[in-house]
Order: sequence, then structure tokens, then C-alpha cells
Amino acid sequence: MSTPSFSEISDIRPGRLGAGDYALRFADASPRLSSAQAVLEAERCLYCYDAPCTTACPTGIDVPSFIRRIADGNVRGAARTILASNPLGGMCARVCPTETLCEEACVRTTQEGKPVAIGRLQRHAVDALMDSGQPQLFTRAAPTGRRVAVVGAGPAGLACAHTLALLGHDVVVFDARAKAGGLNEYGLAAYKTPGDFAQRELQWLLAVGGIEIRTGWKLESVAQLDELRRDYSAVFLGMGLATTHPLGVPGEALAGVEDAVDFIARLRQCEDKSQLAIGRRVVVIGGGMTAVDAAVQSRLLGAESVHIVYRRGPETMSASVDEQHWAQTHGVTIHHWLAPAEVSGQDGQASGVAFARQALVDGRLQATGETEFIAADMVFKAIGQKLGNPVLLDAGFAMDGGRLATAEDGATSLPGVWAGGDCRAGGLDLTVEAVAHGKCAAEAIHAHFSR
Amino acid sequence: MANLHTSFIGIQSPNPFWLASAPPTDKAYNVNRAFEAGWGGVVWKTLGEAGPPVVNVNGPRYGALMSPDRRLLGFNNIELITDRDLEVNLREITQIKRCWPDRAMIVSLMVPCEEASWKAILARVNDTGADGIELNFGCPHGMSERGMGAAVGQVPEYIQMVTEWCKHYSRLPVIVKLTPNISDIRQPARAAQRGGADAVSLINTINSIVGVDPYSLTMLPSTGGLGSHGGYCGPAVKPIALNMVAEIARDPQTAGLPISGIGGVGSWRDAFDFIALGAGTVQVCTAAMVHGFKIVQEMSSGLSDYMDEMGFTSMDDFRGRAVPTVADWRKLNLNHVSKAVINQDSCISCGRCHIACEDTSHQAISTLKDGKRHFEVKEDECVGCNLCTLVCPVPECITLRNLQPGEKDLRTGRIVSDQHADWTTHANNPMRVSA
Repeated sequence: MSTPSFSEISDIRPGRLGAGDYALRFADASPRLSSAQAVLEAERCLYCYDAPCTTACPTGIDVPSFIRRIADGNVRGAARTILASNPLGGMCARVCPTETLCEEACVRTTQEGKPVAIGRLQRHAVDALMDSGQPQLFTRAAPTGRRVAVVGAGPAGLACAHTLALLGHDVVVFDARAKAGGLNEYGLAAYKTPGDFAQRELQWLLAVGGIEIRTGWKLESVAQLDELRRDYSAVFLGMGLATTHPLGVPGEALAGVEDAVDFIARLRQCEDKSQLAIGRRVVVIGGGMTAVDAAVQSRLLGAESVHIVYRRGPETMSASVDEQHWAQTHGVTIHHWLAPAEVSGQDGQASGVAFARQALVDGRLQATGETEFIAADMVFKAIGQKLGNPVLLDAGFAMDGGRLATAEDGATSLPGVWAGGDCRAGGLDLTVEAVAHGKCAAEAIHAHFSR
Repeated sequence: MANLHTSFIGIQSPNPFWLASAPPTDKAYNVNRAFEAGWGGVVWKTLGEAGPPVVNVNGPRYGALMSPDRRLLGFNNIELITDRDLEVNLREITQIKRCWPDRAMIVSLMVPCEEASWKAILARVNDTGADGIELNFGCPHGMSERGMGAAVGQVPEYIQMVTEWCKHYSRLPVIVKLTPNISDIRQPARAAQRGGADAVSLINTINSIVGVDPYSLTMLPSTGGLGSHGGYCGPAVKPIALNMVAEIARDPQTAGLPISGIGGVGSWRDAFDFIALGAGTVQVCTAAMVHGFKIVQEMSSGLSDYMDEMGFTSMDDFRGRAVPTVADWRKLNLNHVSKAVINQDSCISCGRCHIACEDTSHQAISTLKDGKRHFEVKEDECVGCNLCTLVCPVPECITLRNLQPGEKDLRTGRIVSDQHADWTTHANNPMRVSA
């Protein structure tokens, strides 16, 4: 850490790396297993009874079954097992925190401290299918004549739409952004999903038929919602959390201060990463996956010093331990027990962040009186997102902690409206859970139609 | 280090590991390398009669049964006897034996089932300085179509006749190699003994097809679209071979007939199994073909270290010791009761024991305790079948506990007796004799 020095001028610029370095640095973070590697790894699976990995998967993928099929040389069958439970199994294989889900539950962890690499095997199978000449596995049921509106083309909405389409219903998916995919398209680090996988997966999902995507559509009035409820047999809300939390400290409006999600989205949508400006010194405030994705990608773009600063201790960081290690091995320094007090600046440009040291006193976070300063050319805010859409309150939805309150199957308090994904209260904010919500709501909607 | 020196029907070798008659022993180059690596002896690849040698196919000669991780479980071949000129082979055998006088040199033979043919070749082999001959009555493919190999080994009268010729025309010890492609291995063994054989060796390979290519729909391996059954060997055949060795060892008529054990020997444990069931030497092929000749060093080390651990100074200390433990089923004690026990400290909760027992056996393993995943044996259902211990991935996690006399068998409600009671006297046996 350094003290503020007014002699230092802000250093934000693109092209910090050699032209060839960008592709190398943003290459696949966890390359595909070869067929031989996959079979060897698959052989480690014990084909457990009532498998704990399957229980641990929010979408309930029959893990032993798909792994056995890989070992048997039936990769297409493996992909069918995965995608029948989780139509976004390809993306989940890339982004799931498997070390806290299926792989944590793997009995090989108990036996030898090393789980079967379930996530990587899942990716192997789905990628092989997607690359094959006949990637479609499923056919739709006979048309039912029902139409369902899905708001939000992220993991929850797409899973819901795909499930409904297979059941014979027609689906229109509305999304505010220019491309469908939601966080898969805009919210993930580029190295987690290279090769435009989010769009390839979307195309695979849409190819089953019966799903229409309408982009550039925002839910801005109760009248819009009423229209959907009137024109469609059911509505599913999966719009995620569109609003970021502000730091609420002075200096937040200075140039160089940005929401981490916006930075990540900009980076994902940028074809030529050498055009992206990045600070020499970067501070990321927050403790989740978004903070890690922003911090690591800052390093990859050539930032010299990158700090993740989190106001509590490591055990409460929502970034998984593996993610934290990933950041640290990419040269990111993680600080704990520091809450932002002020973003300082010069000539309207951020120059660093002053932090107040925190401690737990009687279980409550309190400032100790000590302060720290970290110089920064860019400051990314990653302290979480909220739903923040006033239309929902106006429409009379029951809310819980600022998110939509639902029944187990995703039914909201308004008849004919279901919800899932991050906008639904009580979740883990995981892609795979959003998929589970979408699927579950689709089944509930289908059952509702059948009544 | 325990001494592995072996004396088998008068043939000396520094260890009991011989290379079987097969591609690894086809020529001086290979055999020289084998002896450099430490093999105790070789059975030279089968010689045919003088004249134009046989020809082999030039497509795949081998096929295999593999685990998904490509470990070779079983091996199949359609190679014939040596396709090199007889004179070249005899010259090389002579030369190698001269260079390696302490190693066993056995020559495998297969000529037409005529006295003159055998007489002619035996004279030639006598001159090489070889230590013994092995009569290839086992080869199940190719040569058997021409009335040799297994075609002889499947007819006890032929075995006896040819063995008699060999004993008559050769001063060398005669080992008769038996085919497993028969229904009762004791018959050919008895025939060999009647013919004067010094020993038998077994098993030769088993008739086999390793599979079918799912895309061309042709059997495997195929030579340009047509295949022929081969001879099966490797790890998968060992249990079959051990049974046949034990059958001969415990047959009152052939008991004591020296045996060279063959079939799936790839480690010291495999060799031990054969020796404990009465074999004097073991012969190896597949393991060498998979790993190279160096594998003999691991086998020798393992056997020697085992003997040191057990305090055995010679293989005679344990040779055949397991033979008296092989019995007919009717002699097994029906009063003996075992129950599976799961060691909860090493259990990893995979549930394989449960599902195996639940679906295919006796529904004797529960899955829950206090609402939690927990696998435990229900002694009132367990018949001690051993399936759970075999499917458990953790060594020693599930074991069988022998109930002691006086204990109650919770399945039957009966007190375990200390008396032996087998089928021969059992009340349900209509042919029972009084105890």
C-alpha cells in the first residue's frame, strides 16, 4: 500500500500487452479433456448407489450414469443424460463451483482426497455432442397451442423455455439486452467460456424449435406485465438482478469508478481485447465471483497491481475457495476486513480508495478506527446486485428481501406468473440453480395447464 | 533373498519363471534378451517338421479384451508355430544354450501325428543340447485344422501314443502341453502320464473371438474382413488354468505328476497361486508381451520377498500346500456361518454393497441410520456370500466374520455347531449317508 501522491497521474490505457498475448491470456481456463483423459477419469467413478453427487446437483444430473457412458465410449448417451436434466449443462460444466456441489459430495474425496473431475467430464461429453454432426437429441411433443412468455433470456429463462418447448408449448423470450444469454453472455469471465460458447449453446437450445427470442424489451410498466398475462397462457420471470449496489461513499462518481458487471460485460462483448483500456493499478471492491472475474481479467489485460478488497474475513467471501486461489495465482492480492470509506481523486479522476479497517464486535461489523489507502487508476464495484425493478412492487408481487417470493415450484403471488433464477428469493445465485428454477417452473406451468 | 532355484524333472533353472512357447521365444535375439533380463528358462517357439515352414497372416495376429482404461485383461492370438526355417531355429537353440548353460532350454514341438515325423525331429533336437522338449498338443487355432496341436490334445489315445514315441526316441525329459478346450482336464493328463510323460504343462490357449467391430460388423481381429478364432490367454484365464492345475494335482491317478503352470501369470502372486496348487515352474507370455522382459525382475523379487516374509527357504516349502484345500463341493462344511461386516471408519458411503445386495442377492445391507446415509449389514438376512466385499472399492472395508460355535445365526435362529456337517450327510440329500 502507498500513500496518496498527487504527483502520480492516472494511467489508464489499452494495449498494455503485445498483440499476441491477448489470445494466450484469454484462452480456455480449463481446457477440454481429451478422449483418453476422459475415459481414464471416468474409470475413477464408482457408480455409487443413490449417488451423493447427483443429490448435490441442483438440476439432479444422473452423474454416475453419464460418467459410465463416457467410460463405455457412448459420449452421445452421456450428453443426453446431462442435457435431459440440465439443458445448459455445457455452460454449467464451465462455471459451476463443482468443488462445493457434486465434487464435494464425491465419495472419492472421502477415499483419496480427490474427487472425480465431474465438471470436466460433463464438459467433455456436452462439447463432443455440440461438435458432432447431429447435436440435437430431443424432439418436441405435439403442439399444445399454449404460449408462454418468459422475461429474461438468461439461464433461468432459457431453461424454462427449452423445457416448455419440449413439452409442446410455444415460448416467447423477452430480454432487455441486444443478445440473449443473460449472465452467460454478459456476466462471465471470457476465459471461462471462450469460443462464443454462450451463443453456441443458445443456438443449440433454440434449434429444438418453438422458442422465439425478442431482444431490446424491458419490463418498465405494469401495463406490459398485464399485457403478457393477458396474451399468454403463463408468464415466467427470470430477469436476474439488473441493479448494482452502490458503495455509498464519497467519490463514487469519479471517472475510473465502474460497476464490475459492466466491465465484465464490456470485456465479453469486445472482439479485440487490445482495444480495452485498463488501469495500471486496479482496486476491486467485493468478495464474490464477480469481484474475482473483474480482478483476474484486469490482470490479464495487463494491470500491474490488482487488489480485491473485502470488508469481512475470507470465510464469508462468496467467491469459492478455488476462485480465490485462482485470483491469487493470477497475481491478485486479496485484502480482508477493509470497508471503503472514500474514493479519492484528482481532476475528476479516481486515484485511490481509502478504507476503514473492520472488526467483528459482538457479531457486528464495526470500524476499528484504522484506515488504509490503496492507490488505483480504476475502481470496480462488485458488492452485489439487486432486483430494483419498481414495476414488480407496483404490480403487487409479494417480495422477500427485495426479491420475488415464490412457492417451491416458482409460483409467485400473482396467478399465472412464475419466477426463477437470481430474481427469486432464497437462492444461491448460481447458474445451475437458475437452470433448476427454470426447469422446475416449466414443469409446474405444464402441470397447471394440464389441470 | 530367498533362493528361487528350481529343479523341475531334472531341469535346472535359477528361478521358476520360464517364457512360454510363443512369439517372445521365436529367435535367438529375443531369447538372448530374455536371459539378460533374468528369465529362468524358455520354451522355444514350436518347431514344425523340416521343409517349407508355415506362413502366418500379415494382418492383425492379436486381439485383446481391455478395460476402458486400456489395461489388457485378456489376449487372443492367431499366430501359428514358428514360420522360420527349422535349421535356423536348431542352430540358434544350440548357440543360445551354449551361451546360457544355467538357463532352462525347452524345445516345443509339433509335427504330424506320425511316428516317422516325430522320430525325425527328436533326433535333431537331441543334438542341440536342449534340456527338454514340450509337446504342443494345445494350440487351438490354425494348426488344429491340420490335425495337429489341440486336435491331438483332444484325443487322449493320441496323446499317449505320441508321448510314447517321444520317450522312445529321445533321451530328453518330455513335457506334454495340454489344451483346455476339453471337458475334463484329467483325461489328457492321465493319458500323458500313461505315455510316460515326465510332466504336463497347462493351460494352452482357449478358443476365442474377442469381439465384433460395431461399424464394419466384422469379427475381431479380422484379416481383410475375415477372421478366425484365436487362442485366449492373459490375466482373464488364470482362474481357469488354476482349476485345471488343481484338478490334476488332486487326481489320485496323476497326483505327483510334475506340472508347469501356464495361464495369466503376470506377477509373483500369480506364480505363487500356481506353485501353491502344485506347479513346479510357471510359464509366461502375455505379461512379457505387454511389459517387456524386465517384468521377470518384479516377479522374482515379489516371490522371493514373500518367501522371506513367510520364512520359506525353498519353493518346496509351499509347493502344493494348497492342494489339500481343494475339495468337492459336497465336502464343504454346511455348519460354517460367515457374516459380512462393514468397517464404518473406512466406509466411503458409495453404496455399491447395498445396491449389489439389494438387487441381486439377499437384501442384507441397509442404507440409512438416524435418517442419514449409512450402510450396515443386516445379520438376520446376510448369508455370507461375499458379494459385498468384492464390489466394495475400499480394501478391507468389508470383511467376512466367521461365527464361532455357540453363537446364534440371526438369519436362521440356529446356534452355530462345532461339528462338521456336509451335503453327504445332509437331511435334504436323497443320496445321503449316515454321519
